[in-house]
Amino acid sequence: MTPAAAPPRGAPVIRAVDLAKTYGSGETRFDALKGVSLDVQHGESLAIVGRSGSGKSTLMHLLALLDRPNAGRIEVDGEDVAGAGARTLNRLRNERFGFVFQQFFLTAQQSVLENVTLPLLVAGVAPRERTRRGMAVLESLGLADKAKNRATDLSGGQKQRVVIARALINEPDVIFADEPTGNLDTATGRQVEDLLFGLQRDRGITLVVVTHDEELAARCDRRITIADGRIIARTDAAASVVTEGAAR
Amino acid sequence: MRTADVITTATRNAFRSRLRTTLTALSLFVGAFTLTLTTALGAGVNDYVTKQVETLSTGDVLLVTPAASTDTTDGPNEYDPDGRQQSGQANPLGSGTLLNDDDLEATRAIACVDRVEPVRQISVDWIAGDADAAADGRYELDVNPTSSIGRSDLVAGAQLDQESGDLQILLPEDYVDALGFSDAEDAVGATVTLGYTDAALEEQTVEAEVVGVARTSLLAAGSGVNQALTDEIADAQAVPGQPNAYAVAVAYLEGSGADGAVTAADVDAVKADLADADLAGQTVEDQLGVIQTVITGIIGVLSAFAVVALIAASFGIVNTLLMSVQERTREIGLMKAMGMSNGRVFGLFSLEAVVIGLLGSAIGALAAIGVGTAISAGAASTVLADLPGLTLLLFEPATVVTVIVVIMVIAFLSGVLPARRAARQDPIESLRYE
Ligand SMILES: Nc1ncnc2c1ncn2[C@@H]1O[C@H](COP(=O)(O)OP(=O)(O)OP(=O)(O)O)[C@@H](O)[C@H]1O
Ligand SMILES: [Mg+2]
Repeated sequence: MTPAAAPPRGAPVIRAVDLAKTYGSGETRFDALKGVSLDVQHGESLAIVGRSGSGKSTLMHLLALLDRPNAGRIEVDGEDVAGAGARTLNRLRNERFGFVFQQFFLTAQQSVLENVTLPLLVAGVAPRERTRRGMAVLESLGLADKAKNRATDLSGGQKQRVVIARALINEPDVIFADEPTGNLDTATGRQVEDLLFGLQRDRGITLVVVTHDEELAARCDRRITIADGRIIARTDAAASVVTEGAAR
Repeated sequence: MRTADVITTATRNAFRSRLRTTLTALSLFVGAFTLTLTTALGAGVNDYVTKQVETLSTGDVLLVTPAASTDTTDGPNEYDPDGRQQSGQANPLGSGTLLNDDDLEATRAIACVDRVEPVRQISVDWIAGDADAAADGRYELDVNPTSSIGRSDLVAGAQLDQESGDLQILLPEDYVDALGFSDAEDAVGATVTLGYTDAALEEQTVEAEVVGVARTSLLAAGSGVNQALTDEIADAQAVPGQPNAYAVAVAYLEGSGADGAVTAADVDAVKADLADADLAGQTVEDQLGVIQTVITGIIGVLSAFAVVALIAASFGIVNTLLMSVQERTREIGLMKAMGMSNGRVFGLFSLEAVVIGLLGSAIGALAAIGVGTAISAGAASTVLADLPGLTLLLFEPATVVTVIVVIMVIAFLSGVLPARRAARQDPIESLRYE
């Protein structure tokens, strides 16, 4: 059962067991994931790496409860979510998860502040409170002076910081980042990485990062490597233990 | 998401692409404008007719005419010396056949009928304020032959007393000045002189008391005179030796209800009895009902055009919102990823449609009220000056609100398809690729 307080560091926040995901049917049937099991520990940073098309994003979407697997199960805080309704999943995503995507997905016509407070708008937080919390987050990321700007008027690095601010605003337990630096030059990418790892370190936020970037993966506590829908390697970066061919 | 936030967000989204929203709302504007005007026209005219019915009808009179000929045998009808006469001139109230004294007797014999008075056409040459008025103090006067069947819309005084033996007249409003009275009240109780030509082509005069002053109306033009005065002049004008024939007779009913009130059943019974006697009975309401049916039909056709415009506009809304959904695919995906429910996404887009609907219909209705009021005022002082009491366009708040609500409902229905598409969007599909 879910403890009321946040589970201690080291307990799995998300556990995936034998996940399989199939796209299409008949001729176009494609098995994107073929039995993937993994634990995401509370407070850790986990890198999911692999070649393009190997199924990294698919796995992340399943872990983030954006999609349902065809087989296998996902537990959040030890509870199977297979039976949970759309409402419960929506609440879980809204309250527990933050998202950073490869593209910024900022709404051009809205101000930076409005973009950042979108998760609070979805959650039904009152406008005054939204502004207060939005400004606080922007402040902490050094973007307070850009609050009133249109989101499109920012540089790439600033935009990604806004995206991170948006992922942070609901004070999530887990931030899912799909290629968070894919769109940025090396220097800016580095800044964004520092920001994410700083959050993990200072606030104990769990990071699940999908990346191509070897250096980014190396900074994570753990990494799993995917090929053809299977985990082919698990690396505990801290302990430098490599388990080759650790399928299932 | 809070409902208030859904509304504000939907409103802001509607105004995000201002030109597109404006153009879509414009097509609704046309529909709302037309529909508001046609319904107001219908309300205005029907209201007028209803008021006329109220002023005219006493509820206990039936107009009796010969039943329309049902003889469909070929060839000319055989002559019947005791039969009815044919009218020499067209008569708007009855058929070409005239009533004779037998018909009146038959009508009198019917239960519930108190008395029957034939409507007699009389012609008055002139009216003057006092008996010895010179030729230039005399004015032409039309006598309304049906003044005995109902009440008039009075400015002053009282209704005619049909059973009184006194000679009474109701003056039309515009005769008050001409006949030298200071105002309508002043005319009441005064004696006027009527001049007419009798059957022997002799000029005759008769004095009558003014009992009231009546407003001119659509259905009662000319001056009203009571039965005693009608009989006085009609007898003098009747050609001696010719059998009596009348276009219309008026049957005054005596009801079976409490205090002799005439019930609908009484009226129906008398009508049935009249039909057996080869006669037709119509109440004033029956006659005006026909007018109202025609008006309602015309308004219906006009409104149908407005509805066609609205249907065309609804496709515009569907199109606009589909574009809007398309443009915001990623935004929708993002909001759903962040936990927005399908229902709220649906609400967001269908409300955007409703906002567009409200915008178009409210502005359309307001414009219609503005333009319509101006037209109404202009018409009342010019072409419709002869019909006092007629408000050509009557904007009833309830109707205007109904028009706006109906258009908002149409807009909502148009928004259902795009909103459902948005609600069903798979967040991953929308987020996965550029
Ligand atoms: N909706 C879909 N229908 C059919 N096939 C799909 C669909 N989504 C993904 N796939 C396929 O599943 C496989 C895994 O896709 P996924 O997006 O997880 O790859 P990825 O590892 O994230 O690749 P990249 O690094 O390029 O983002 C790919 O071969 C892709 O073509
Ligand atoms: Mg991917």
